[in-house]
Order: sequence, then C-alpha cells, then structure tokens
Amino acid sequence: MFQKIKSKVLGTVDRIPKETWARIEEMEAGQNEYGFDPFGFEPEFLKYIGPPIYFFHKKYFRSKITGLENVPDTGACILVSNHSGQIALDGMLIGAACMFDKKRPRMIRSMVEHWIPTLPFASWVFARSGQVTGTRDNARLLLERDGCLLVFPEGVKGISKTYDRAYELANFGLGFMRLALETQTPIIPIGVVGGEEQIPSVWNIESLAGAVGIPSFPVTPLGALPLPVKYHIHFGEPLLFEGKADEEDRAIRDKVDVVTKAIEKLIDNGLTERTGFFF
Amino acid sequence: MKERKKRKQRVIITGIAGRLGLALARRLHRRFDVIGVDRRKVKHLPKDIQFERVDIRRRRFEDVFRREQIDAVVHLNIMHDPRSTDAEHHDFNINGTKKLFELCAEHRVGKVVVLSSANVYGPDPRNPQFLTEDAPLMGGQNFDGIRDLIGLDMFCNTFFWRHPEIETVILRPVHIVGQVNNAPSRFLRLDTPITLLGFDPMLQLIHVEDLVSAFERALIPGIRGVYNIAGPSPVPLSYMLEKLRRKPRPMPEAMVRGLLKMGWAIKVSDWPWPELDHIKYVCMVDDSRAREELGFTHTHEIDDIVREILTRPLK
Repeated sequence: MFQKIKSKVLGTVDRIPKETWARIEEMEAGQNEYGFDPFGFEPEFLKYIGPPIYFFHKKYFRSKITGLENVPDTGACILVSNHSGQIALDGMLIGAACMFDKKRPRMIRSMVEHWIPTLPFASWVFARSGQVTGTRDNARLLLERDGCLLVFPEGVKGISKTYDRAYELANFGLGFMRLALETQTPIIPIGVVGGEEQIPSVWNIESLAGAVGIPSFPVTPLGALPLPVKYHIHFGEPLLFEGKADEEDRAIRDKVDVVTKAIEKLIDNGLTERTGFFF
Repeated sequence: MKERKKRKQRVIITGIAGRLGLALARRLHRRFDVIGVDRRKVKHLPKDIQFERVDIRRRRFEDVFRREQIDAVVHLNIMHDPRSTDAEHHDFNINGTKKLFELCAEHRVGKVVVLSSANVYGPDPRNPQFLTEDAPLMGGQNFDGIRDLIGLDMFCNTFFWRHPEIETVILRPVHIVGQVNNAPSRFLRLDTPITLLGFDPMLQLIHVEDLVSAFERALIPGIRGVYNIAGPSPVPLSYMLEKLRRKPRPMPEAMVRGLLKMGWAIKVSDWPWPELDHIKYVCMVDDSRAREELGFTHTHEIDDIVREILTRPLK
C-alpha cells in the first residue's frame, strides 16, 4: 500500500511544466555525495512537496511576482520580508517564486522555531525540504555555503496581527542586520501583499495561547482555512550595508530602519496597484 | 661504526582489553613500545606488548610508571556500563583519571590523549547543526549516565592550565561503528530496529579504524587541545537503515519510551531510554579543527561502514 501511495504522489510531478521541473532538477543545492546537505535537505524530496506548493502558488493564490531579477543567481543573500496571515504561507510562496519562476531556480532556506524539531513528522518534513533550526551558527554556516536565507524579522508578532493593523510592520529584530554586516551579505527587501486577507483575525487571545502553549490564539470569523486571495510579492533592489557587526543596538537600528522603509514602500506600491482582494 | 638504534617511544594504553584499545594497540605496537593496562582479561594481544592486569585506581599501577620512562599515555579506560551504578561510574572514571594524571605529572610524561565523546554535547532540538569544540557540554541535562563522562572531560580540560608542560589532547569522536560493542554499533546491527515515528535526524558516524588514525595523529609531538572527530558526511538515520536493508519499526515516541522503561525495570533491555534522543535530535560536530590541525582524514566512507556491518558480525 505504501508503494501505491508513493507512486501516486510521485505522479503528481507531471502537473509542473516539464521545463520548469528540468531546471529545478539541475539546481545546485550544495548536497553531498549521498544526496543530502548538512542540514538534512534532500533535493529529491522536492518531488513530494513540489506539486502541492506549485498548486497553491499558481492555482490557489495565483501569486503575482515582480522584481525577481533582484535575487542573484549565485552567492549568499538574505531575503527580508514582512510576515502576515496567521499561517506562514508567505514563506512558502516566496520560496515557490524563487523555485518555479526564476530562470535559474534558487533554493530558499528559512529559519524555523526551536520547537519544530520536537514535533514528529514536522521535524522530518521541514528538514528534508531545506528549513533550518534558527540559531546564529546555522545562519552563518548557510551564508558561508552561499545559501539564500529568508528571514522574517517581525517573527510571531507579525504573523498574529489582527486585521485592524493590517500591513503595519511590527518591530523588526536586529539579528539579521548584524549577520549581514558580519558576512558582508546583500539584503533583498520583499513586500508581500495579500497575506493579511487570507485569514483575517479580529482578536488575539494571548492568555489562552499562553495556557495552551502556542504562539498565538487568533479569533477568525471567516474560518481557519486560508481564503483564495491573490498574493502580490514584490522583490526590491539589493541593499548592501557597511559597518561593524558589534555596534550598539542604536546604530544597528538605524540600518534596520532603512530596510523597514524599503519594505514599507514595496507594500504601499503593491497596495495601490492591486484592484481587489481576490484578483 | 654501528649507530645506536634510537629508543622507541613508550606508550601506555589504559583500557587495552576493549575493542578500541586492541585496534589501537595493533596499529601502534610496531612503532612504539606499548604497555597495556586493564582490569579485564585481554585476548589476542600482539606478542611484543607488555600487559599489566591492574585497576588504575590501585597502588600497583604506580609501579608501571616507576619502572620505565613513559613518553605518552592514551587513556581509554572509561567505563560505560548502563547497568552499573552512577557512584561506581564516577569512582572509576573520575578518580581513575585523576590518579592517572597525577602520575603523569609526577613522572613527567609528555603527552596524554584522552577519549571523550561527542555525546557530551548531547542531542537537543536547540543545537546548531554543527557543534564546535567550544559548545557547552549539555549531554547531562536529560541523561544522567553521561554525567561522569562530562565530568571527566572537564577535569581533563583543567590540565591545560594546571600542567601546561603536559600536552593534553581530548578527542570527542561521534558514534563509533565497526568492530566495537557500543550502542550505535549494536543498533545498526539489529534486523528490525525500532525508530521513532516521524523523526529522522542526521547522523555522523566514524569507523573505529579511522578513530585509531586520529589517535595516531594526536600522539604527534606538539599537538594539544580538544578535537571533535567525525567521519564521512552526515546522512539521515533512514538512509543508513535503508542501505543496511533493515526493516525499521517506527513507533510513537511515548510508546517506545514506555516499553524501554518497562524493559529496563524488568531487566530484559539494556538500552537506557534517555538515549532515544540520539535517534530523535541532531548532535553533530564540526570537525574542521581536527582536519586542519591534526591533519586527520577519514578513509572509511558510508559504503565501507555498511559493508563492514553487513559482512562482519560482532564476535
């Protein structure tokens, strides 16, 4: 029975256009002689998760991508994006854009919370699909290996916003800027529009979330499943910062504000361009 | 005129009766004068090795140092018997090591190489993918059985400043496989190993002969410090089991833990249940320091390890 399911799942790869898939198979992902990269990413595993992600990217959310040429074909880079939508689908769609729409596909690596490795199945799926436990050493190693790192400096604060604060940026963390300064890595700002409408939340019951032990407990009148909104993802021009990585928070904060401004601008442009939530 | 033959360096190997000790003795005995020490009986030792059957905590052990000038000590005499008590572990491992170091300082032994383990870092979900030698030794947070080894490792660390004239080397190898009788080696030899449903961590393995090479490199004069030792590139546990053509039985973690606890209590199983974390979380090390400073390289790839496990059962 297991073999039957496996062949059925593998059959869905045909839904992805041939040339797109051929480009992905050629992609250099830093795997060793056994087909795994040191973090447990297995390019072969994309056969299983690629088709459903392709469906969400192209058919369900119909993501519109602009400025993809700003993501370099090779070399280390840090993608910094706003975070929204109660469920972190924006990360998946940014990854899909760089994988399916880019002429030379790039594997996006993002950092996941520390408790992900303690969950059965999630720990395995996340590792095989290239997601990495979020520690500073891991981020540094990824960049040393010329990886493309996706970070959401807002963290859970961004994702669990209620709808009245839609498209406001929560306070950015500073870690990504120190990392960029230390490793001399360009930062590519990304503005994601559409995510806030997928599961609008009216209230976040923090006390309940704390009691259950989950990051947030949103009250969502339109149901807990994402609506088929249209995503608009705008990649901005690379920003390169200079300076010392171990400066005071105040000095780092100024540099982070430059990134925040760039992302705000991308979001504002996206909001004025779009004509509705679903098209 | 015939030149006088240079005296061979004299090396003590403690714990020579173990499988790693024997492998090391076989490699070293042609180039060094090897003196083996163990409280266990030893079999199949090369003829030119002098063997002393003595507990290193005893007074009679001191005599080995008094008799001849010793150039180096390789300390492998570290007990790990899950069934024995913590007190016995601490007494044998820590007091034994303390005694050994005192003797080395007293008799001006130039080099001490100690076997620790990468397990002292401990598997943990918050671990970075590769732990460097500076990472804290957190192995004891969930597993009491490893605390004496952590204590021993830290005790040996104090020797870098207490006796700077002695070149102390601490090796922390990852899971040793091959002809050794330890948990990872036994686990990979099971036909139907139990795995944890939904967990498949990356593993680092090292073949025992490669570890022996690392010990050889550590004996080179001038080498000192702590070194992580790892073998071929990491692979997931499932990949290893597939290569070995095993039939893993994935089970929910709570069930496996319960079964192991029960099995432990009624003494049908000798697997300490906290060691399950090793097939759940990563505990991998960065061995670049050993590769750069020791000049260590591994020769056994994953395929060689697989072949060895399949063709050579543990005797």
